[in-house]
Amino acid sequence: MSLALAVAAGILVSGGLYLVLQRTLTRVVLGFGLLSHGANLVLLAAGGRAGAVPLVDGRRGMADPLVQAMILTAIVITFGITAFLLALAYRSWQLTRDDQVEDDREDRRIARLATRRGRR
Amino acid sequence: MIPALIAWHALVASAAPVLARRLGRRVFLWCALAPAVTLGWIVAVAPKVRAGDPATASIRWVPALGLELGFRMDGFGLLMAGVVAGIGLLVFAYARSYFAGHEHPKLGALGAHLVGFAGAMFGLVTADNVFALFVFWELTAVFSFLLIGFEDTKGSARGAAREALLITSLGGLALLAGLVLLTQAAGRASLAEILASPPRGGTVTAALVLVVVGAATKSAQVPFHSWLPAAMEAPTPVSAYLHSATMVKAGVYLVARFAPAYGATGVWRPLVIGIGLATMLVGGYRALRQHDLKLLLAFGTISQLGFLFVVFGAGTPTATKAGTAVLLAHALFKAALFLVTGIIDHQAHTRDIRRLDGIGRHHRLLAATGIAAAASMAGIPLSFGFVAKELALETWIDGPFAGPGNAAVLAGVVVASMLTVAYSARFVWGAFAAKGAFPGARAVGADMPAPSLAFLAPAALPAAAGVLFGLVPGRIGSLVVDAAAALGSVAAKGPAGAGLELWHGFTPALGLSALVLTGGGVLVAARRRVERLQTDAPSPVGAATGYQRSLEWLNLVADRTTAVLQNGSLPTYVAVVTITVVVVPGAVLVRHLQVPDGLVAAESWVQLAVVGLLAVAVGALVRIHRRFAAVLLVGAVGFLVAGLFVLQGGADLALTLVLIETLGIVIFVLVLRHLPERFRAPVGRGVVAARAAVAVAGGVFVTGFLLTAGAARTAAPVGEALIDQALPLGGGRNVVNVILTDFRALDTLGEISVLLVAALGIGALVTAGRGRSREEQR
Repeated sequence: MSLALAVAAGILVSGGLYLVLQRTLTRVVLGFGLLSHGANLVLLAAGGRAGAVPLVDGRRGMADPLVQAMILTAIVITFGITAFLLALAYRSWQLTRDDQVEDDREDRRIARLATRRGRR
Repeated sequence: MIPALIAWHALVASAAPVLARRLGRRVFLWCALAPAVTLGWIVAVAPKVRAGDPATASIRWVPALGLELGFRMDGFGLLMAGVVAGIGLLVFAYARSYFAGHEHPKLGALGAHLVGFAGAMFGLVTADNVFALFVFWELTAVFSFLLIGFEDTKGSARGAAREALLITSLGGLALLAGLVLLTQAAGRASLAEILASPPRGGTVTAALVLVVVGAATKSAQVPFHSWLPAAMEAPTPVSAYLHSATMVKAGVYLVARFAPAYGATGVWRPLVIGIGLATMLVGGYRALRQHDLKLLLAFGTISQLGFLFVVFGAGTPTATKAGTAVLLAHALFKAALFLVTGIIDHQAHTRDIRRLDGIGRHHRLLAATGIAAAASMAGIPLSFGFVAKELALETWIDGPFAGPGNAAVLAGVVVASMLTVAYSARFVWGAFAAKGAFPGARAVGADMPAPSLAFLAPAALPAAAGVLFGLVPGRIGSLVVDAAAALGSVAAKGPAGAGLELWHGFTPALGLSALVLTGGGVLVAARRRVERLQTDAPSPVGAATGYQRSLEWLNLVADRTTAVLQNGSLPTYVAVVTITVVVVPGAVLVRHLQVPDGLVAAESWVQLAVVGLLAVAVGALVRIHRRFAAVLLVGAVGFLVAGLFVLQGGADLALTLVLIETLGIVIFVLVLRHLPERFRAPVGRGVVAARAAVAVAGGVFVTGFLLTAGAARTAAPVGEALIDQALPLGGGRNVVNVILTDFRALDTLGEISVLLVAALGIGALVTAGRGRSREEQR
């Protein structure tokens, strides 16, 4: 395994988490993209050392094809979800002229009730 | 045969609701078939079992885990099963009359639950495998919950049912933990085998404490007793069956089984006898204060269950014999007393002793039944209760403890027995005496209609048995001795093997009995003063209050936790999830951090350079506040990752990623042209630092996890086999393609489905606003 690859995965996850922790929906979507890049690098690193492109032509020392197949699937699904999230951001802008994620009103109400009950 | 009988209970129970539609309250006669058949079988096998040859059965349950449903009914199990089936038969016969006049639509369900309970209880006292025992133990708790909450439109009944379930199932968990520890220490799960050669040690001590806690919750011992008086919300036949004669004895049953093997172990006697003594005194004291006949009996039951804990807890041969006798006597007199109370309640529509007046004068047979049973409870000579209590006193005169401990227990038992005499008298006086109604209460009694014989008989039978066994204890005595012998501590010969006798001669026990009766008599004579004393005395925090407080506290903690963790803010939710992941598995990870064999710093200088660029791009991305620049940076990150794919040998991946990233940037731009150019102004410095800390911790965790997981590989990667099979099986040279379209084609199908669903959602979201704006234009 390559340490650089493992560190790169950690950097991508860190950056992704930081953006997902924001309230701007666009940044959350961008962070989601970074997180999935990080996850893909985790898979890649799990496949072991670098190798030749896995084409059957008699050469030895190929890279692990299984993780590549999994990553390929993940890339496509991530794309679908990113596009969906962007559509959500677009719709949110349509309705509120903003792409900020506000607090969930129902959750806030429950939290307020709980604190009040606690004081009584 | 035992599993077949349990199945028979299940069959009778499931048919009951259907039959109830046709039979009405006569459905209880159908229900009675379950205990009747069981009782028949018990009588048939009794000679063999009493001779020391237990009835056994075994069903393979989960063979892979070595779990077996083992059953074994020895002499003690025989006695318990006989009580369960016998009282059950009486209760069903009684219920038919009790529910006359109010045809409840749920009578079928009530009958079914009662039969289900009888089956569970029968399974509990015959189970040999400790886990089977636990399952039946919990089943009795579930049926008890359903039966207490029978009047489910009444809030108090629902609360009482919940209280019983919470407390007993909490104890059930303790019991399960104890049984698991015990089976681990013993290396087997058969109760009989474990107790035949009991394991010792620290683990076993912990296991015993847990088992005792479980037994104490079930048998309503201090401080868990609050659920039993609350359970009096149940219809009286239910209270008579579950909450006096049978289910609450389950804890006593466990103590009786364990005491001969573990009585001499350090913690056992102080714990069990201490709990029992406290329960005896609290129950007796509280019983003296009650005005509701049923509550009086409930607290009396608590006191008697404490007495059983004390007697059985000693574990010596004489104690075990005495305990068995007390257990049988209690089942008989307490069932009779509850059934008598139910008759009064049904006929007079009240069971408040401040209103009942002169019932004894008009209903002699009913009064005789109540008095006979109460006499047995008080331990008046010539009753079976007296014989049993004499035996118990003898145990403590002989003394399993050395020194002052023994005298203390004896003194406690004597005082509690005086209270028992007093509350027995209070029951008789309250239910039957012509005392006039209390000020402000309307008297009932003289005009109470007489109960039918069929109604009275189920109460009179056990009361009569109590008198008969008291006068002629010989035959029942040998049954008791056989039952106690099965618990493994009574030698067939020797003093403990002797039968039961009414007259022992002038022994110290007789002296103590006289003392108890005198003391009880004084309490009865001075009852007005005692009552005034009890009213004036400050009442300490009761168990019911304790239960309420702990429930409120639990709700409060849950509320506070919810308010903090679920405050409606998305960033908080993500942070909570991340912190949980980092802290919980991370704590384990730190202890086992490893690096894989053959770890290199980087594959090449180029890879190192790409990772460096990636770090710079990510660093810029998280700080930037211009929307378009951010999108372009994300594109750059995507291309850099594609570069890493190429360097690792994933040309297909890189190609796909480049295409997708390009498409992604286009879509981003399409959406973003509507949005403001800059992100919202940043939040405070502290929040930024907290978010960064959480994010960095998450990244470090992923890197550490990746390295450790890489070191954990034990088998060769499956990828090599896939390479070998790609051409012969898949017919393709590009291994990744073959995997996607052939080996893992189903995954690809799922992937396409996700894309389709996402496309549909996007279409809906993007076009959602259009229809309306067109309408607005019109």
